[in-house]
Amino acid sequence: MSVKQLSVFAENKSGSLCEVTSILSETKINIRAFSVADTDKYGVIRMIVDDPRKAAYALSEAGKIVNVTDVVGVQITDETGGLDILLKTLAANGINVEYLYAFVSTAANAADVVIRVSDNGATEKILTEAGYTLISDIDIGKK
Amino acid sequence: MTRYYQKEIETASPEQIREWQNERLLKTLQHVWDNNKYYRKKMIDRGVLVGDVRSVDDLWKLPFLTKDDLREAYPYGLMSAPLSDCVRIQSTSGTTGKRVVAFYTQADVDLWEECCARAIVAAGGTKDDVVQVCYGYGLFTGGPGLNGGSHKVGCLTLPMSSGNTERQLQFMTDLEATILCCTPSYAAYLAESLYEKGMRDQIKLKAGIFGAEAWTEEMRHDIEEKLGIKAYDIYGLTELSGPGVSFECEEQSGMHINEDHFIVETIDPETGRVLPDGERGELVFTSITKQAFPLLRYRTKDIAVLSREKCSCGRTFVKMSKPMGRSDDMLIIKGVNVFPSQIETVLMNKGLTSNYQIVVDRLGTTDSIEVKVEMTPELFSDTINSIEVREREITDALKSMLGIYAKVSIVEPKSIVRSEGKAVRVIDKRKLYG
Repeated sequence: MSVKQLSVFAENKSGSLCEVTSILSETKINIRAFSVADTDKYGVIRMIVDDPRKAAYALSEAGKIVNVTDVVGVQITDETGGLDILLKTLAANGINVEYLYAFVSTAANAADVVIRVSDNGATEKILTEAGYTLISDIDIGKK
Repeated sequence: MTRYYQKEIETASPEQIREWQNERLLKTLQHVWDNNKYYRKKMIDRGVLVGDVRSVDDLWKLPFLTKDDLREAYPYGLMSAPLSDCVRIQSTSGTTGKRVVAFYTQADVDLWEECCARAIVAAGGTKDDVVQVCYGYGLFTGGPGLNGGSHKVGCLTLPMSSGNTERQLQFMTDLEATILCCTPSYAAYLAESLYEKGMRDQIKLKAGIFGAEAWTEEMRHDIEEKLGIKAYDIYGLTELSGPGVSFECEEQSGMHINEDHFIVETIDPETGRVLPDGERGELVFTSITKQAFPLLRYRTKDIAVLSREKCSCGRTFVKMSKPMGRSDDMLIIKGVNVFPSQIETVLMNKGLTSNYQIVVDRLGTTDSIEVKVEMTPELFSDTINSIEVREREITDALKSMLGIYAKVSIVEPKSIVRSEGKAVRVIDKRKLYG
């Protein structure tokens, strides 16, 4: 069970995010989660979409540099301290989080969290043992 | 088996070559003395008369000529034959300032084309080959030189000139070109375009003759691999005739200088002192067979090393290394000499595209250098940290190569303008402030 995440290189200049979204819009790709990490020089757009292969193809055809990475997806309860407990579980098991982003889930009372770690397998095992529900990119933003 | 265009000349004994050089130098010197006031005055100013030079050993006595002389004497001042005997002019690309113009009689054109024919045969060309020339045609010597050489060998010649990449690829595949002649940066661009259009397996190329700009061994490997060819270097200057002053053989370890037409020296660029073979210095050429525009001791500003080691191809002409840089290209940044070719070497070693740009600027009194490279799939990652680590590796490699810090900026793919002729690698903003 894993989440396919697309990342795209974007220079720090006006219109570069829009270039990416228009390509996806023209290709009829639905973006389910979107986050941008930026430095003073450039940014990395990270996305979960409904058809990662088609999206990656369309973006690279348009000359973009695209990566598809497997990240861990997990569902937590949408309540105070939900994320805190998740991170404590990971920290207690020595898992270092490179980055994560979270958003309210379409499931009732839940939030989806996408986590980038160096060892997906180990993290998934820890989370399953702690009673968490893992999700795939198909589950994210599902109506 | 090695093939030659003119075997008896290209494999002549060193004694024979020296004999030709002595005889032709004296003849050319007399011709220039009799017909060229500008150089005669330079000689007299230096206290040298025509009789003071009796052989190649006395060459050092003669005054140098530089590009400044050519500009000063523009347009007719350095001619040694009447205009009525001339059939052609060619001109420099003007990358480093005002253009200079060179004149040719029909015999000059023939000898020049012969030199190019030697290069084509050394690259494996025969009359059965189809040679695609995408150097510019016109004032620039690249197109006309290789075109003429290709005719002399008897190859089917495609006079494409530069630009119009779509058409280049169409002719390359439809007419099954086997030898490609263009600038190395354009060859890299053509290779990239072939892959993009999915046409890579439709080409029949076996060799390329690439010159007119600086390129590195790494770029050679890259082009060879992408196009499945052997890539040969060719060297020349409009002032001396054009491409074909020297050319590479199958050994690909330096370019044989056509010593029956040119005498080469290396000098210390600071003092003008002649250096022994094997020492790095500025190349100086004396043309000894030209009628219209023979230049004596012309300083090229190209820094290279000469080698008289025996070559496995059997040619006896001295070999020059790839120019390590043009003293015109040399940037002085924070007092350090930097050649763009050094930066290119680092980038290619790191697997980056050969498309890059160097921006030099000055903030207050401090010089800065920025190297722009395009993002590649290998360099990219979803984590900023990994990108930064790779960026730092490039910065460190540049630092150890150049001795100074250069800022690395990663830009979007294809955002650095592709060139169809000589690539604009360096933007020196300091010059804008005078």
